[in-house]
Amino acid sequence: MAVQKKKQPRRSNTIKLKFDTSWTYAPAPESRSVAQIAPEYDLFINGTWQKPSSGEYFDTINPADEKVLSRVAAANEKDVDKAVSAARQAYDKVWRRMPAKERAKYIFRIARMIQEKARELAVIESLDGGKPIRESRDFDVPAAANHFFYYAGWADKLEYAFPNRQCSPLGVAGQIIPWNFPLLMAAWKIAPALATGNTVVLKPAETTPLTALKLAAILQEADLPPGVVNILTGAGATGAAIVNHPDINKIAFTGSTEVGKLIQRAIAGTPKKATLELGGKAANIIFEDAPIDQAVEGVINGIFFNQGHVCCAGSRLYVQESVAAEVIRKLKHRIETLIVGDPLDKNTDIGAINSRQQLDTIHRYLAIGKKEGAEMYESSCALPRKGFFCRPTIFTNVAQSNRIAQEEIFGPVLAILTFRTDDEVIEKANNTPYGLSAGVWTDKGSKIFNMTKRLRAGVVWANTFNKFDPTSPFGGYKESGYGREGGLHGLLPYLSLR
Amino acid sequence: MPATGSSRSSSSKTEPRLSFSLSPHIDQVGVEERASRFTTRSIKKEAKQNGLRLVLNMIDLTTLEGKDSEGKVKQLCYKAMHPHDALPGLPTVAAVCVYPSLVRTARQALGNSGIKVASVATAFPSGQAPRDIKLRDTRYAVNEGADEIDMVISRGKFHAGEYNFVFDEIAAIKEACGEARLKVILETGELGTYDKVRRASDIAMHAGADFIKTSTGKIQPAATMPVTLVMLEAIRDYYFKTGRMVGMKPAGGISKSKLALHYLVMVKEVLGEAWLSNEWFRFGASSLANDVLMQLVKEQTGIYQSSNYFSVD
Amino acid sequence: MATSSKNITTAPSNGTGTTPARLEVLKTYKIYIGGQFPRTESGRYYIPVNAAGRQLANVCLSSRKDFREAVVAARAAFGGWSSRAAFNRGQILYRMAEMLEGRKTQFIEELLLQDSNRRAAEKEVNLAIDRLIYYAGWTDKYQQLFSAVNPVASSHFNFSAPEPMGVVAIIAPQDTSLLGLVSVMAPVIAGGNTCVLLGAEKKPLCAVTFAEVLNSSDLPGGVVNILTGQPDELAPWMADHMDVNAVIYCGQDTALQQLLRERSAGNLKRITIHDVTDWEENEGQSPYFIMDTQEIKTTWHPVENIAGAGGGY
Repeated sequence: MAVQKKKQPRRSNTIKLKFDTSWTYAPAPESRSVAQIAPEYDLFINGTWQKPSSGEYFDTINPADEKVLSRVAAANEKDVDKAVSAARQAYDKVWRRMPAKERAKYIFRIARMIQEKARELAVIESLDGGKPIRESRDFDVPAAANHFFYYAGWADKLEYAFPNRQCSPLGVAGQIIPWNFPLLMAAWKIAPALATGNTVVLKPAETTPLTALKLAAILQEADLPPGVVNILTGAGATGAAIVNHPDINKIAFTGSTEVGKLIQRAIAGTPKKATLELGGKAANIIFEDAPIDQAVEGVINGIFFNQGHVCCAGSRLYVQESVAAEVIRKLKHRIETLIVGDPLDKNTDIGAINSRQQLDTIHRYLAIGKKEGAEMYESSCALPRKGFFCRPTIFTNVAQSNRIAQEEIFGPVLAILTFRTDDEVIEKANNTPYGLSAGVWTDKGSKIFNMTKRLRAGVVWANTFNKFDPTSPFGGYKESGYGREGGLHGLLPYLSLR
Repeated sequence: MPATGSSRSSSSKTEPRLSFSLSPHIDQVGVEERASRFTTRSIKKEAKQNGLRLVLNMIDLTTLEGKDSEGKVKQLCYKAMHPHDALPGLPTVAAVCVYPSLVRTARQALGNSGIKVASVATAFPSGQAPRDIKLRDTRYAVNEGADEIDMVISRGKFHAGEYNFVFDEIAAIKEACGEARLKVILETGELGTYDKVRRASDIAMHAGADFIKTSTGKIQPAATMPVTLVMLEAIRDYYFKTGRMVGMKPAGGISKSKLALHYLVMVKEVLGEAWLSNEWFRFGASSLANDVLMQLVKEQTGIYQSSNYFSVD
Repeated sequence: MATSSKNITTAPSNGTGTTPARLEVLKTYKIYIGGQFPRTESGRYYIPVNAAGRQLANVCLSSRKDFREAVVAARAAFGGWSSRAAFNRGQILYRMAEMLEGRKTQFIEELLLQDSNRRAAEKEVNLAIDRLIYYAGWTDKYQQLFSAVNPVASSHFNFSAPEPMGVVAIIAPQDTSLLGLVSVMAPVIAGGNTCVLLGAEKKPLCAVTFAEVLNSSDLPGGVVNILTGQPDELAPWMADHMDVNAVIYCGQDTALQQLLRERSAGNLKRITIHDVTDWEENEGQSPYFIMDTQEIKTTWHPVENIAGAGGGY
């Protein structure tokens, strides 16, 4: 054995790297000209664009410059009723009677058309929602197309999915999606519903309606039979009208746990089925034997992907004490290299916060964190003067009981806690009402299996984080909701088995 | 169990040694994903021009062939000093890299241009020679006027787990270098995993390397972005621990401007400002210079270029 | 063993009115929590009466506090039970069947007291035994049926597998004393959950006697907790309890169904309602019932692809 040195190796010094370099990147904005946005959008009902019965429209703005992009119709109960009856008609007369392989071909066609229009969809997604073009271009839009492509193939193979059971569609699905991945969430909802023979009434979020409306145009272009998918824009009231409509058989909702609970209560006395994909406060756990640099990158990707507007974001970081100083130092360095700014710039890592309201929420939590005694560290980057922006922020010295460690912030804010033993971290990681996702970083295989088994969450990433795939089921335990989206398991919520 | 390697806290040979098995693990998929992220940076307009000039200035213009002659080396040195006279105001390359027997030729040809003479040594490229021969090889090159020595590590010993041997050899060569700066070639294409690249980097730095370098150029794969990333991160960790800067030189396989700019992005975002000069970062390349020149002319004229208009040396 | 006198204490045991040669020892019907047989903490009891007007026993009228204690016991047992080897869970379910087989006569007698006829009673007990065997066989198979290895496009290994939800509150079918209870309980515990089970209010005898079967079957205390009492009274507590993960209700009371669904929103319990299942038929058993109280967990891990750099296999 080597002779042990008495003196401990010097602990981390305070050397800092300087990332404000003399060589800088020039602006590299993606061209807006590929994006054709109409000044006004109506409701997509029964295959046609229809005026809202209230005559009311609302603005959708670009959160990066607060300018109005378009006006979209506000659907009320009457419009929802029209859409539901169109969906019912289409279900009874066309969609469920169509040979499954033909249904599949429509869905394949939609996938292809999304690929063809990928660039335009990416630009609109970034304009309307604030996410960096790199993400909308490299993740959201291709993932949306892939999701349609994956489920298209299931349409005529359902009899193989559930052994010893015959399955049939439920009917009309009411689908309500959030603003963080507008097009992708539309794909996650519509693709499995159509593949299983259901028809759809979908409501995009009020701050990000444009790509769903573009999708409506694609559905038209794809000659999807009228009424099979109806897209209604509007706010909470429109969503409530969908949830409460008596002729809807299935509710699929992605959004806050609070609204998810309201939905469960609202449909309690009805035969409606539900899938709820709700909030999270994922633990991302780094053990001392982890591949540290990849873990740091995983943490960065886990919390700053899409400005932290991700329900499965790794917002609680648990670091083993022996490597905590090193990990925190690396994280502090790493956030200095994140480029915050114009979502359309190809070099932007962190775009605009989706809305003023969400920015206010994040700021409120930053204040709470400081008040609770946690140490706040944010990137030194400058923020654009217009628009809703937030620096990547990490809190150290966080206690398990702090609100910033317990509540979903839904922004680029990481809470860092430390631990010593496996049992301790498992207990702390599971110590939350949520259970959507979790992450583990260690080089030890047997520990990975122990941890991934004991973490009470629907998706567990080991030595990686925030990975998604159409074949991979996604969904939560506990108050993160129920039902799965993606993969074979994502078919079940849209079927009844006999 | 033999003690291996030196302490992480100092490069001094007199320090007691700790095991290099403590080098951090590298997850292959993660590091490759991170490396590919750098390639999504869009480098346009003045960023591209400035970047390309920086790249040109970081090149170790290299010829390492059995058929190398004085004439060839003289031509190369002229190219090093006058990359493309049609485009005035260009920086020179950083160094000319040759075999020891041609160091004197290069030294004379480069005169007081400020361009360094780098020489490979230590039974390059395989390193399969006794230590005394490696030391003589090194001293010879230094005596001939080399400013920089590019040595190879003993990969066979490294794979056999004889980290002590590898460490001591580097330390001995470092001593033989005197004033010359020592670049330690890991030959990553023969190491097999990123874990080993990281461990070899740690050994080299602790043994006194001034630079760590990926490859000889004789083995495929040569430099790749993920391998370079692993080494840059090793350099950063070593800097955090010791305060000593170590340079980085990817070599082999970088022949296009666009790829070189991706590397530059990586240096900028991993190590930052301090490493963005040819004192701390080099490209070991032979054909990269011309591609950079073509791109620079294109940027200036707006017209796509042909290699027929750029001297091949 | 006397079996014809399952009567309440106020009635003479042999029903003849004469003093028997030996006074029969009557059974006290207690509830089953954490492997113990306490009386209800409330001290309350009720006396179910059969169709013939005969009083069956003083049965515990369990309170919300009994339920609370039972949930604590179930939660405490969950970690151990869910991490038992699936094979071991199968062995224990099989053991339960063995114990039930051995006490067949006792259950038949109890069923006779609770309005069954001999043929039906025998059938019910046989079915209950067979059902335990059925699920004993499923404990290490349903995972294979309902898991998936998902062929993701990136370099990751990805699989989805069922995991137990946790603590399940069950309101057993009210029209059978034994079979319904066994049919809903078995898939829940076969899948690694623990449960609190409320027996049939009007036919509670077998629920309690079944607890004795459980207690002699190597089933760890707390995995199954059995209460007797009123569904109407306990349902709201089941729906509200923040440490219950799922509720199974067997019955046609739509108001109660709505109440369970509504109030379960407090912590988003998973609700399963069996309102038409005929437990005597094949539809009364299925691996899909196991899945009613399973979550699907998806796990990702990178897959190294060193050979992808140019090698192969």
